[in-house]
Amino acid sequence: MPNPDLTQRSHDALENSVLQGALKAATDTFIERRREAITSVADWEALRQRARQVKEHTINHLDYYLEQLVATVEAHGGRVFWAHTGQDACRYIVDVAQARGIKSVVKSKSMATEEIELNDALEAAGVRPVETDLGEYIIQLAHEKPSHIIVPAIHKTRAQISDLFEEKLRAGRPNEVAEITAMARKRLRNEFLSAPMGITGANFAVAETGTIVLVENEGNIRLSTQVPKIHVAVVGIEKLIPRFEDLSVFLRLLPRSGTGQKQTAYVSFLNGPRQTKAEAGFEFHLVLMDNGRTRILADEQMRESLYCIRCGACLNVCPVYQKIGGQAYGWIYPGPIGAVISPQLQSLKQSGDLPFASSLCGACRDACPVAINLPDMLLALRAKAKESGVDRKPAEHAAMRGFAFIARHPGLFTWSGRLMRAFARLMAKGGMIKSGPMPPLSDWTDYRDLPAPRGPSFRERWKKEDGK
Amino acid sequence: MRVSLFITCLVDQMFPDVGEAMVVTLRRLGVTVGFNDAQTCCGQVAFNTGYRPEARSMAEHFIKVFESDPADFIVAPSGSCTAMVRNFYGELFQGPDERFWRDRLARVQPRLREFSEFIVNELGVEDVGASFAHRVTYHDACHLLRELGVSEEPRRLIRAVRNINLLEMEAPDTCCGFGGTFSVKYGEISNAIMQEKLARIVNSGAEYVIANDSSCLMQLAGGLSRAGSPVKTMHLAELLAQQ
Repeated sequence: MPNPDLTQRSHDALENSVLQGALKAATDTFIERRREAITSVADWEALRQRARQVKEHTINHLDYYLEQLVATVEAHGGRVFWAHTGQDACRYIVDVAQARGIKSVVKSKSMATEEIELNDALEAAGVRPVETDLGEYIIQLAHEKPSHIIVPAIHKTRAQISDLFEEKLRAGRPNEVAEITAMARKRLRNEFLSAPMGITGANFAVAETGTIVLVENEGNIRLSTQVPKIHVAVVGIEKLIPRFEDLSVFLRLLPRSGTGQKQTAYVSFLNGPRQTKAEAGFEFHLVLMDNGRTRILADEQMRESLYCIRCGACLNVCPVYQKIGGQAYGWIYPGPIGAVISPQLQSLKQSGDLPFASSLCGACRDACPVAINLPDMLLALRAKAKESGVDRKPAEHAAMRGFAFIARHPGLFTWSGRLMRAFARLMAKGGMIKSGPMPPLSDWTDYRDLPAPRGPSFRERWKKEDGK
Repeated sequence: MRVSLFITCLVDQMFPDVGEAMVVTLRRLGVTVGFNDAQTCCGQVAFNTGYRPEARSMAEHFIKVFESDPADFIVAPSGSCTAMVRNFYGELFQGPDERFWRDRLARVQPRLREFSEFIVNELGVEDVGASFAHRVTYHDACHLLRELGVSEEPRRLIRAVRNINLLEMEAPDTCCGFGGTFSVKYGEISNAIMQEKLARIVNSGAEYVIANDSSCLMQLAGGLSRAGSPVKTMHLAELLAQQ
């Protein structure tokens, strides 16, 4: 039996016709844009293999590059905090805010801060976090979780957002997209100007130069890092790349894979705290976050799940994601990459059902800009879920063991096959089984018919013909 | 040319006509066809559901059956089961003391071919002399397409069939939603994926949907039947056997 939660969540998503329409429109658009964008690269396959090599090398020498990054960031006058857990990261950031009497912070979209639920920690400490990415702003107003890695409000329609703004902002009802963005912009501009601290993630952290690289389209990251005096970047340790010139590979891959753009409107390269002659008191804090990543690093079989650059391309092409959307995955990382990293960052016990919710079609691997073998990772996690006893299904296991035994004994295989086919034909009407009496057959016939086997098995036909 | 058939358990038990059609087609092309009836199942279902010890025991059986087979090639009517042996068996024999099994596996793996890639790439044939006066569309089975990289071979074989009209559907390379035990563990999601595929098949205007994997065809046939659609499913081998 599947985990009732995931089954229920996906059922709710499939029943939600508004969500279905939004998902279809959004994923179709992103697939098409990506397809067009990658044609502008002469050899896309070579580029992504190059990116994979860089990531593989970096992850395999992560200790070296982390130390290099810390040294270069500190040389620029930045401060580095090693966060073993999400709580450690949250505590440090809250401490930085409280020690300076900060009451509100502006935030850019960041999966790392979603992962550690930084907003909750800040609010609990009396610090008001303001999401400044339009999608995240919408999600924050709605008190929801993001449903896509790069487009967090992908599941919401314009009409729903109009309703939300009307209710929460109390400044009339914005109807057109331009009105919605203007309303958000007006609110957020004041937040930018008054916030003493900006919190971001990072798309890349360059070890050689200590550069934090942030890729965006709205300019809110530029503002979050350039207006407040204090900038805190929360960065998973897998975000490192060795050299500045490696960016020439990744900055071509990321926007094309993510939004289907050749380049995003803004790319910020930040080296330590801002420095001006007129003012003092600027600070830059780099929070280097483990939060389960070294566990993945230690597992050679699963290590390549750390190559991910969080572009979201695997989500858009995934037939399962296209149908159930991001929130059904139960945590902040959805789609194929979510099904791979959630059980590792959380635990197999918590989200070990996700790897089973895949048809293993492999479209994600083709779309991945760093060629992560996602289907293979899903298969490995399925095996881990069974080996560890986390996904214990005694009836299924007994059936599998029984089938394996039969399959090692061809005579038995022939006879039990004959029996199975006789039963199947008894249940069939007009060549089709329309309704199975019990699972797993009824799980099949709940949704489609099952063609009944016709005549003797191949092996029986062959034997008969051979005997002639 | 001598070929030993790898008749997948699904074809053997549920769709034996596909196996017969393979025999007919291969013999027409002058191939000597053999079938070792000690074969059973490659173990993919167990492997994909996470039961590696069970999958391994079936893989050992498969290797034992085929390692001493003198055939030039082992040919299967399934991209998925071919991929299981060619791409995934290695994962079942990974340990440092598994050389014994890896060596035995190496006597099987290189000779394994999916039906359409065997005809086009090994026999060098595209026109098998078949004739079929119908509109058909071709579904790219995921593992055939993405594990084995086969998409042109079946289309060439189909185009060479006399009187046939191949109508490509929109996005023929998207999944049918089957996915092995996924189809029953998460039947509702599997069905939602299938419905989109079925709409594309129907919109193509084809009378038959052709694929090289009986598992996809089982899903599609079940869905078409439930929807009361007149569109029929057909394995490529059955198409190529038509005269």
